Amino acid sequence: MLKTALLLVNFMIAMALLLSLWRLIQGPSLADRILALDTLYINSIALIILLGMYMGSPLYFEAALLIALLGFVSTAALCKYLLRGDIIE
Amino acid sequence: MNWTELAISFFVLLGGLFMLIGSIGLARLPDFYMRLHAPTKATTLGVGSLLIASMLFFSIKNSMFSIHEVLITIFLFITAPVSAHMMAKAALHVDTQTLERTQGSEAHQAATARKSTPSEADLANKQEGSES
Repeated sequence: MLKTALLLVNFMIAMALLLSLWRLIQGPSLADRILALDTLYINSIALIILLGMYMGSPLYFEAALLIALLGFVSTAALCKYLLRGDIIE
Repeated sequence: MNWTELAISFFVLLGGLFMLIGSIGLARLPDFYMRLHAPTKATTLGVGSLLIASMLFFSIKNSMFSIHEVLITIFLFITAPVSAHMMAKAALHVDTQTLERTQGSEAHQAATARKSTPSEADLANKQEGSES
């Protein structure tokens, strides 16, 4: 039963990734694209955690933690670029 | 079918549902300030619930209490509001278009007024330039 639930949720998160990719391509403003990138990295964290549960290996947490750290830093850098026109002044 | 497997499946399904709802909101809502709500709230909750499921799964599988998933949860719960606030400030600064019925237009007008009037530092720079 757990395998079925994991496959179903895998499909749902793939749909979520496609929807945020659509917003990333279509987004009318720059802030929309930053928001779509933010959603994409959170969705990929969920996908990696699901993969770890499916394979039964705890090695995937380090990858998820790294993606969380670097995703926040990239969102902060992009917002800083929009606000100030420069990342490190 | 034992009840631990049922609980893990419940949390996994709940997390997937929240992630899907957040991304549907991101794709369908009409305005940036409305779209900002959907992913930053629902998606964080979805990842938290998936991490609870994975904590249960690995605690039962290895018969040892697994706690290091809490790191990702704490980190996401701290950084999601911070990044939402930074994105809202950036959107105010680049003058993103809003709908008529979006509330809080005072903040938008204040941001555009702040941008059109030169700040004190700009004025000081200009005076120095004219003197020299």
